[in-house]
Amino acid sequence: MAEKVLTWIDERLGLTGIYNIVFDRKVPKVNWLFTLGSATLFLFLIQTITGIFLTVYYVPSPDHAYDSIQYIMNGVAFGWLIRGIHHWGASLMVLFVFIHMLRTFYMGAYKFPREMTWLTGVVLLLATIGMGFTGYLLPWNQRAYWATTVGTEIAGTAPLIGGIIERILRGGSDLSAVTLARFFSVHIWFFPATIALLIGIHLYLVIRMGISSVPKDGD
Amino acid sequence: MNDSENVQRRDFVKIVLAFLGTIMGAVIAIPAIGYLLSPATKVQSKEAWIPAGPMENYPIGTPTLFSYTRSTINGWEKTTNSYGAYIVRTTEADVKAFSNMCTHLSCRVNWKNELAEYICPCHDGHFDVEGKVTAGPPPAPLYPYETKVEEGVLYIHHMEG
Repeated sequence: MAEKVLTWIDERLGLTGIYNIVFDRKVPKVNWLFTLGSATLFLFLIQTITGIFLTVYYVPSPDHAYDSIQYIMNGVAFGWLIRGIHHWGASLMVLFVFIHMLRTFYMGAYKFPREMTWLTGVVLLLATIGMGFTGYLLPWNQRAYWATTVGTEIAGTAPLIGGIIERILRGGSDLSAVTLARFFSVHIWFFPATIALLIGIHLYLVIRMGISSVPKDGD
Repeated sequence: MNDSENVQRRDFVKIVLAFLGTIMGAVIAIPAIGYLLSPATKVQSKEAWIPAGPMENYPIGTPTLFSYTRSTINGWEKTTNSYGAYIVRTTEADVKAFSNMCTHLSCRVNWKNELAEYICPCHDGHFDVEGKVTAGPPPAPLYPYETKVEEGVLYIHHMEG
């Protein structure tokens, strides 16, 4: 009976075909370094889920941001766990994206015909760093406030357009409630949507091109 | 070999996978559900005995206003409300307490010595020293507090709602 239901569904959705293309594709004999991309994807999923959970209690307003996080840490069951995973997962994701990039670079895996995979990866790296930068402000403690003050000031040192970039980042000339709200919005909507879309393209290209093998002596 | 009653390799793998999968699912699901539901499990006390100071503070026969505040904490937000009670010692030992909230539209009533009545400033409601309505629109007498005296200190019983 269960088998009949599954067959019925599969005939209409073609799940077996998707499964075969995604998971049963041929790959060269590779090593553990080739799992870094999957590890990054897994970390992105963890960040998405824990992040969605954090928005249940977090309030992106200077009046309540710090207190709402204190509440998550001390008042809500397992709040410490969910925030802890989001906190450590963020650092790990930046780390894994970076060593994934190093592996691709040193093994020459970015070359023809995989240039587009590399280019989407570049944007994914920048978006991940952007996630780190915007997420860092959200606790609204001293460290967050001054790190963002310094970070946006650095952007402000760019010649000619520095001043306007700094004001765009801050939403005005000072770090304020506007800054917190726009960093929150960018952190939970703009960057995640960009990353999800680019991961889709990145994975499509990985499946379409196949992955490169480990370079041999003389390659 | 296949007809033996021993567990086959494939079945063993299936059982172990189901077992481990259940444990892993529970490890993920329990914190997630607990996180979402935990504020609903906290019930704040809506009543308390408020100490109103020694009995000597209140003159016999004259209602005296006693003010106090109560705080409620909901998540990251603390709300403080202030309340007022008129305390009347009718005799040396007997004491009564009334909320100063008018039963009409919740304005604060004031004791007027010259009239020997509580007057509501909003719609001219009048209550006598016992809290009963004597004139005006209020539909019910002033809310009476339960009182108790312990070691010379007066307590009034605060209840919300």
